[in-house]
Parts: sequence; structure tokens; C-alpha cells
Amino acid sequence: MKSPVNARNVIVALTALFLLLLPAYSALTGNIFILTLFTRIVIFALAAASLNLIMGYGGMMSFGHAAYLGIGGYAVGILAYEGIGSGFIQWPVALIVSALYALVIGALSLRTRGVYFIMITLAFAQMAYYIASGMSRYGGDDGLTIYKRSHFGGIIDLSNRVQFYYLCLACLFGGIYLIWRIVNSRFGMVVQGVRSNEQRMQAIGFHANRYRLVCFVISGTICGLAGALLANNTDFISPATMYWTRSGDLMVMVILGGMGSLFGPVIGTIVFLVLEEVLSQFTEYWALIMGPLLLLIVLFARGGIMGVLGRLSRG
Amino acid sequence: MLVLIEQSLNGLQFGLLLFLLAAGLTLVFGIMDFVNLAHGSLYMMGAYFAATFVAWTNSFVLGILLALGATLLLGIALEFIALRHLYGRDHLDQVLATFGLILFFNDAVRLIWGPAGLSLPLPAWLTAPVQIVPGVFYPAYRLSIIVVALAVAAMLYLVVMRTRIGMLIRAGASNREMIGALGINIKLLFTLVFGLGAALAGLAGLMQAPILTVQIGMGENILILAFVIIVIGGIGSIRGAFMAAIFVGMIDTLGRAFLPDLLRMVLSSAAASTAAPALSSMLIYLLMAIVLVVRPEGLFPAAKR
Repeated sequence: MKSPVNARNVIVALTALFLLLLPAYSALTGNIFILTLFTRIVIFALAAASLNLIMGYGGMMSFGHAAYLGIGGYAVGILAYEGIGSGFIQWPVALIVSALYALVIGALSLRTRGVYFIMITLAFAQMAYYIASGMSRYGGDDGLTIYKRSHFGGIIDLSNRVQFYYLCLACLFGGIYLIWRIVNSRFGMVVQGVRSNEQRMQAIGFHANRYRLVCFVISGTICGLAGALLANNTDFISPATMYWTRSGDLMVMVILGGMGSLFGPVIGTIVFLVLEEVLSQFTEYWALIMGPLLLLIVLFARGGIMGVLGRLSRG
Repeated sequence: MLVLIEQSLNGLQFGLLLFLLAAGLTLVFGIMDFVNLAHGSLYMMGAYFAATFVAWTNSFVLGILLALGATLLLGIALEFIALRHLYGRDHLDQVLATFGLILFFNDAVRLIWGPAGLSLPLPAWLTAPVQIVPGVFYPAYRLSIIVVALAVAAMLYLVVMRTRIGMLIRAGASNREMIGALGINIKLLFTLVFGLGAALAGLAGLMQAPILTVQIGMGENILILAFVIIVIGGIGSIRGAFMAAIFVGMIDTLGRAFLPDLLRMVLSSAAASTAAPALSSMLIYLLMAIVLVVRPEGLFPAAKR
């Protein structure tokens, strides 16, 4: 039997514990910066986890996932701008709009496979980017400042750093729990079956694309939630959130951590963003180190960080 | 009417430039099955090399030739050091690795040339407008881009369709294992093809340099256009890349030129001037989406694997 105590599980448990206790550490040491940094990390980890659901388990390489960050963010930003500040309205709208967008582009994109799928998802994200750039009422290229964070009738105060952090963390853990349930459900098994052998699944009688589409929509909706969090975190939303390099970042976080592993994207996001932060304090030219580092990871660490840990665990 | 001719020529010129970039990308992609996001970085390096060498040598032609050679060597070195270890790996590994290269090149350029952009001044004999039909003048430099790009396209066609190397390239595109089994040095072939792709990207970059500012990140925007083109044209198909590049160049240029006026006919002028820039930027993505929905393999798919 596999022992539950192995390098991989220990790292995951320690990471979860670290994320849970971070505000306490921040309060004890008076280090506010680390809390701010990790709020951002937790939000991006949620986005990366949502991408991993379709990429790692569904075999659908979406190169336009940043679009949902933008859509979720703009839903919050536009409603706030129009005077609707309640999170009970803003957040459901963000989720619904993201889901609808995912439904439409998913239905069209799933006609294609492989690299063509990567490109068509990219195309739709770029369209969303240019639409946002064209919304002159909401700032156009310059973006939209959000003067008031979503309010939840006094239940939770988003302008309180610690409360906001825990809200983001709850969303991340909730999202991962949901993904775990999905992946291990009958539905998730079908989706993974379609990834490995589409024809066989069709032959057994499953409508492969229907399952794929539902999975795609769920992923987009979760990422839309990350977008709503992100907008509240930065108090700002701009088309740049949706630019293709941001989708590339998300992909990198997932692959770096380990695609198709539940906590891989979280680890990947932490490593990517912390590395970026540390290197940029060390040198202005942080990407000069980060770039080759990514290359080396690809060359020598197949399956990302979780893949390496998994191999270590097996000894 | 005159504006239409001028804008069509602009579209053609832009399309041909995109073709150079897309041809290299589709060669590497179609033959080696390698997704190279750093292709845009080679385009950028071509432009930076050109600006530097032209300033050093004080000669436009000599500087450009040096830049072309430098990009070729850079491409070969890149393939030799890093990328050849990634053939046969998952596309995603290649995406991640070459994404890392983009980061590296952008910061390397910032370190060497500084954050401000460079400009590449044209020599006097290329700045004069040329009368192409009575009453229509067109900048000589843009005209020369059209000529050079058409010549390169023709040469590429001849090399790929009529020479032994081209035969191997085409064979490699349809069955990589087979040409290896025939005793062809496939490693060398791949290095050559990658170098050729890099040189084409460099050529596109250095020709674009006098028109735009040479700046960090200039490869990223245009890289996506090149991907759009090879996807519309059908991956691995040079002919498809050519047709799609002209098509995309035309649509993008004409859209930007005439869409505002067209929209003004149906919308209020304020609404039109807001919607037009966004819509014209979206046009090519819209085109790609439509093409892929109707023909998921692109317009001119290369022979089936």
C-alpha cells in the first residue's frame, strides 16, 4: 500500500498550513507586504486551478483563460461604477457572465482540437480584450478604478486585509474541493476518459463534447470568481488583465506546478510569483534569470514540481 | 479611389511582412512539430541587430546583411543549446520553455540596449516617394518591402518545391520517422530549418524596423498575428501561410482605414468613433474564429500525418 506520508503530501500539507497561518505570521512580525503578496498569489492560484481542471484533466489547452479574470473583474467594476456596490449582486453577476461567455466560446471552440483549440481560445480572449479597450465609458485602454470594494452587508469587510485574505483563501480551498469532487465523480471520469480516448468514449455512448463543454463552463466560472477577487484586490480593472501574456502566465503556473495534479497549480503559482518577487528585489533584470530557469525546469523536471515530488516519493 | 490603392498597397506590404514571419513559424511548427513562442523574440532581435549594425557600419545595406546573418546564427545557437532537447516533447513543455525564452530575450535586450526604443533611419535613396500610377505616390521603402518579400516568397517556394533540401523538408513535414530511417541526418536538417525560420523572422523584424520604433516586446504582438495566420492557413502549409498572410494584412489595414467611415453610415459619429478601433482590432480574430468554426483544420491544411 502507498503510505500517505510522502514528499508530495507533506509539501501539500505544509503549504496549506502555511497559507492558513500566514496572517498570524504577518501580524506577529508586522510584515504587511507578505500578506499583500500572498493575497495576490492565492487569487492567481484559484485561476490556475480552474485552468488545470480543463487542461490537466480535460486535455483542453485554453490559451485565453485570462479573459475570465477580466470578465469577472469588469462585472464587479462596472456594477460598482454604476452604483451597485453589493457583493451579493456583483459576484453572482460575475459568475453568470463568465459562465455565459464560456458557454458560447466553448461551444464554438470545441469544434477544434489540439493547437487549433489553443488558438481559437486565444482569439476569443483577444476579442474580449479589444472589446474592453473599446468601452470608453468604463475607461477604455486606461482601465477602471474601483472606488469601493464589494460589500456584503457587514458580514465580511473586504477592506480589512486579513478578512479579505481569508475570503480569498476560502475561495481557493472551496474551488479546489469542488474540482476534487468533480474530478472523482462519474462526470469527471467521463471527461478524463474523453481526454485519453475520445473515440472509445463516443463508442460507449457518451457525447464527448457535451461533457467537455460542461467542464469548460465550470472552469470559466471558477476563473470568473478569481477575476472578481482580483478586481477587489487591486481596486482596479483594465484590459491588460485579459492580454494574452496573462493567459500565458496562467499556463506557466499550471505546467510549472504540475498539470493534472490537484495542488500542482497552487504550488506552481506560489513558486512563480514568489520567484518573480524575490528575483525582482535582487535585480531589476529578474526575467533574465526567470526565463532560463523555466527552460531548465522543462528540460530536467518533467511533470512540473509535483511530478518531481511524485518521483521522489516513489523513491 | 487613390486612398483605396494606397491602403491596399499598405495591406499587401503588411501581409507580406507577416508572411515572412509566419513562413518561418509554420516551417518549424509543421516539420519539427515544435511550438516556438520565441519566434517573435527572433523578430525583435533582427530589428535590434539591424539598428545596431547600421549605426556601426554607417551603411544601410551592409548593416542589414550583418543583422540577417546575426539572427541566423542566433537561431542556430538557440536550437543547438536548448531547443533540440525539446523535440518530441509535449507541446505544453515547448510553450513553457519558449515562454521562458521570451522573458529572457526581453530583459537581455533591456540590459544591452536600455529600456528606450531605438530607431533605424532610412538612407536617402529609400525615403523618396515613387509614382506608381499617375497621381499616386508610394513610399519607396514600403515598395521595396513588397519586392523583397515577394522575392523571398518565390525563393522559398522554389527551395521547398524544387530542391533536394526542400524535398526532405516536405518529407519531414509528413513523416519525420521515415526520413530519419532513410539515413538522412535529421538533426542537421532540423537545425537548418530552424535557422532558416529564425532568419525569416529576423528579416521581417529588420524590414519593419524603419517603419516602427525598435522596442522591447515588439515581437509579442506580431507573434500572435503570425500564429493566427498559420492557423487560418493550415499548420505546416507554406501556401496557406502566404494566402492567409495577405488576407490578414489586407483585412487589418483596410479595416483600420475604412471601418470608421463605414460605421459612421449606420451609427452616430460618436458611437462609431468609439466602436471602430476596437472592432478593427478584432477583425482578424473574428476572421480566425469564423474560419476555425467552419474549417477546423484551416483553409489549406497540409497533407495529413
